[in-house]
Amino acid sequence: MADLTDYTAVKLLSLLQAGELTSTELTKAYLDRIEACDQKIGSFLRTDPEESLKHAAAMDRRRNAGESPGPLAGLPIALKDNLCTRGQTTTCGSRMLENFKPPYDATVVEKLREAGAIPLGKTNLDEFAMGGSTESSALGETCNPWNTTCIPGGSSGGAATCIASGMSPLSIGSDTGGSIRQPAAFCGVVGLKPTYGRVSRMGLVAFASSLDQIGPLARTAEDAALLLEVIAGHDARDSTSLDQSVPRYRSVLQQPLKGLKLGVVEEHFGEGLDAEVESAVRESIRVYQELGAKITSVSLPHSEYAIATYYVIAPCEASSNLARYDGVHYGYRTDENILHATLKQQRSGLSATDDEQALNNLDSPLVRLYRQTRAEGFGAEVKRRIMLGTYALSAGYYEAYYLKALKVRRLIRQDYDEAFREVDLVIGPVTPTPAFPRGSKIDDPLAMYLGDLYTVSANLAGVPAISIPCGFSNAGLPIGLQLQGPPLSEDRLLQAAHWFQKETAWHQRRPALN
Amino acid sequence: MKSQQAWRRGKKMSLTRNEVERVSLLARLQLTEDDLETMTTQLNQIVGYVEQLAQLPTDNIQPMAHGVERFNVFANDERRPSLPCDEALTNAPRRDDDCYLVPAVLGD
Amino acid sequence: MMSDKPYKIVIGLETHVQLLTETKLFCRCQNRFGGPPNTQTCPVCIGLPGTLPVMNRKAFQLSLITAIALNCEVPKFTKWDRKSYYYPDLPKGYQISQYDLPMSQNGWLEISDPQGNFDSKRVGIIRAHLEEDAGKSMHDELAGKADSRIDLNRTGTPLLEIVSCPEMYSSLEAKTYLTELKLLLTYLEVSDCNMQEGSLRVDANINLHVDTPQGKVATPIVEVKNMNSFRAVERALDYEAQRQYSEWQEAGKKLGDVPKQTRGWDDGAQVTRAQRSKEESSDYRYFPDPDLVPVIVEPEEVEQVRQSLGELPAVLRKRLQTDYSIKPYDANVTVNQGPKFAEYFIRLAETSGDPQQASNWMQQEVLRTLNEESWAVDEFPVTPDELSQLLQAVQKGEIDRSRAREVFREMTMQGNSFQQAMQSLGIEQVDQSALLQLCEQLLTEFPQIVADVKAGKQQALGRIIGEAKRRNPNVNPGQFRQPCLDLIEQK
Repeated sequence: MADLTDYTAVKLLSLLQAGELTSTELTKAYLDRIEACDQKIGSFLRTDPEESLKHAAAMDRRRNAGESPGPLAGLPIALKDNLCTRGQTTTCGSRMLENFKPPYDATVVEKLREAGAIPLGKTNLDEFAMGGSTESSALGETCNPWNTTCIPGGSSGGAATCIASGMSPLSIGSDTGGSIRQPAAFCGVVGLKPTYGRVSRMGLVAFASSLDQIGPLARTAEDAALLLEVIAGHDARDSTSLDQSVPRYRSVLQQPLKGLKLGVVEEHFGEGLDAEVESAVRESIRVYQELGAKITSVSLPHSEYAIATYYVIAPCEASSNLARYDGVHYGYRTDENILHATLKQQRSGLSATDDEQALNNLDSPLVRLYRQTRAEGFGAEVKRRIMLGTYALSAGYYEAYYLKALKVRRLIRQDYDEAFREVDLVIGPVTPTPAFPRGSKIDDPLAMYLGDLYTVSANLAGVPAISIPCGFSNAGLPIGLQLQGPPLSEDRLLQAAHWFQKETAWHQRRPALN
Repeated sequence: MKSQQAWRRGKKMSLTRNEVERVSLLARLQLTEDDLETMTTQLNQIVGYVEQLAQLPTDNIQPMAHGVERFNVFANDERRPSLPCDEALTNAPRRDDDCYLVPAVLGD
Repeated sequence: MMSDKPYKIVIGLETHVQLLTETKLFCRCQNRFGGPPNTQTCPVCIGLPGTLPVMNRKAFQLSLITAIALNCEVPKFTKWDRKSYYYPDLPKGYQISQYDLPMSQNGWLEISDPQGNFDSKRVGIIRAHLEEDAGKSMHDELAGKADSRIDLNRTGTPLLEIVSCPEMYSSLEAKTYLTELKLLLTYLEVSDCNMQEGSLRVDANINLHVDTPQGKVATPIVEVKNMNSFRAVERALDYEAQRQYSEWQEAGKKLGDVPKQTRGWDDGAQVTRAQRSKEESSDYRYFPDPDLVPVIVEPEEVEQVRQSLGELPAVLRKRLQTDYSIKPYDANVTVNQGPKFAEYFIRLAETSGDPQQASNWMQQEVLRTLNEESWAVDEFPVTPDELSQLLQAVQKGEIDRSRAREVFREMTMQGNSFQQAMQSLGIEQVDQSALLQLCEQLLTEFPQIVADVKAGKQQALGRIIGEAKRRNPNVNPGQFRQPCLDLIEQK
């Protein structure tokens, strides 16, 4: 048998179902691959080989006993470390939650277990999923498998790299402003951000609640369809979960594309788009034309405001979602002895200078506990966004920033509604450039944010979007193609992606890791 | 992109260091002098960029606060088991037999 | 009432009421007072990462019922917002509350005073909105500066916040408003309103409108907290009015000159004390909670709820007066004792056929017993139908009032039926011939009395009646008197 870790999930599943492969063998193959490669890549924050093999053996036993153990039975899967796993550390890449063990499973994790998937481990991410490079993780570095001096993208950097480097056939990421699609593009894999509400957020550690959505990463659209079918669906524990039945995505894939109306987003081919990315995307549009799609041009006129809108709404929600990390009920707490000693010193210093006002303003031990805990527990990017969001929501600024952004968000949504009256899906790049060198934007947050130009709109509008490998730069870095559709058009997106992959071989290239 | 570049260059600093310090208390973040310096610069850059939203007329536009427009989602008033005390407190940084412990809240 | 003072007191009240649901507002932990610490919590109410709130249907319905009973408008669209502040008993770092679009607004509650200390009036309700409660921070002050202990059992309990207009002009009006509000909530069965257990909590905003040669001047508004009973509210407001007047005389500060102050009522010392608060704490950064979806209430639903409200105190008071011809004062007392008491009265009035007697018994014997035994109406062992038999016997003159009280006591204390109680006290109907025989005998024994009565001293008869009762306790003086007089006449 050829290297198992090179196969698609769909292929592996058929081997498992045919009894030609055991889950134990398969899981072992991936664990070996992780052992061999992950030191170089850093996809995983934690694996538990023993635990994974135990699950695999149980699955094998059930299959041997003639049971039908679920649609993903025996297939290994990697989980982004912002998905809560019962009794197992869930860190969000943050010092704040380094030792946090949730007493419950995320709904998605529950569904995966029920489907028989074998958890391989938890993957690295930007701290609390805030970032586009996975560099803000406090707990590990992740490299781009195509060029380890480059960033893998983010925030689902570990989720994308483990697929690209054959360390897992499937993985789960989360996407708030492009966090699945952008690393998928940078690593040459498929990544889907479903419609807001399609997948339950219960147990996904919130970054920006009205934008966050869980989605699959895989090598092929077919694999992504297989996974989405399992994780999608209504959940009574998430008030924003959509109460709509889940289509059989995999059977829709096979239907021909003929007559598909694709809209090329004018605004996504403007200034700032890298020439190599542009030509790869334009070439892809030609592929669709050959597949029988009808190509027209569409406008999303408020696109230029998307980043500004996003970088108000996301930090505002984040500042509130992250208020709970205060060192009181769980997570990191600063050293209280040092805290009391420091305060005492500061108090006596101020008393000596008779600075009554400063003395009055000195934090109480409790307030200092909060502030010091959060100063030590959070990294720079998280703090920046908390500060930004706190400022934008504070008295006197709410209307100018937050409320204004909510209104522009509506305009962005209306642009999509307008476009989808004309076309089935819109097409364009995922990112303005391929992956960039590690450290190159770390001190320029705004430059980093501007890289989210083409991805944030889908989150703001709540529409689904997929990233598919569509070429490589001269430097050998992958380039991604983005398709976006109206709400609940995941079937259409996957179908379009599937036919593209039948015509192209970009997704079959593998990075050289040895 | 053009307007974005312009905003990056053209916007004057609007957030003062004092304001950043006030926000850091609201956000319960202890910032060092250096942090404050960097934060003030970076926040001004970002806020400067974001201010382009003001150009856009939005008078009769309904704000969109949710990712999905649903209404009236309720759960039935039916009891489910709570966590046992010990399990509830399992992640507590400091606790006694049955409570979370923090420095005194009085004198705040 | 306060016309003798050179100022008018202006009071607005903010009341927090815990709703009587089985589970909390956003999770399905039990909503009950008094469990051991941290035994009624789950990942959602502890605010663990990744958890999401789902609104309790019952809590919303109870809020809707209350809002409508308070004559509030119920807007079609309402939503929930996050109110951000840091406190260890608030595990998410924000409270889910309602800010700019509350579920109800612009209502009123009518209050009146049977003693006529103020004219009946409608106190405006600015808004009533549904929010979650925080947990409890416990601090042992005697133990010095050590630690506070945090219990999250109460975290996430549904609260209805009811905000009145500043339209009460004396502590009595404030107390009456609270009493009436509590009564309404009790009739609606939306809350048990137990102030000791914190299921009803009151904060007051108070200031003065002082008469000066330049006209009326408003003093700074003070918010008073920590009042644990209606009596405490009354006293705190009286104290605060006097304190503010003294302060006005000394410092002359007007509304707007100083930031709003918060003071706590110290029940031991019977004074209010300033509470320290940091300036920044008032910046709550409200914004719509993205985890909860808005609620739309159609006008038809509001109408439906209105139809199903049942009889509320104000209406019931009027009905008792018209249907049972009892006095306004009696109707007030009956209704104010709560729906169960009123229901008992109505049944008793119906079955006994004598509403005024029923009302008297309810307000005297029944109420006294309930108080003495600390019984709720539910726990009162005598059914209205049993009690009605007693009342009818009294009415027919079969048994006198003092005997009737003994029977009542027997019924309540031993849990006996009317018949059993009569038997165990040995009370039987004394038949006419036995009565006449006893009368004959006594008149023979006491000729002087016969002479006195004949001479016009009717009161001399008392001695004979007393003696008759002594010899046979079942003798009803009312029934004895006339035959006795008749016999004397014949002598």
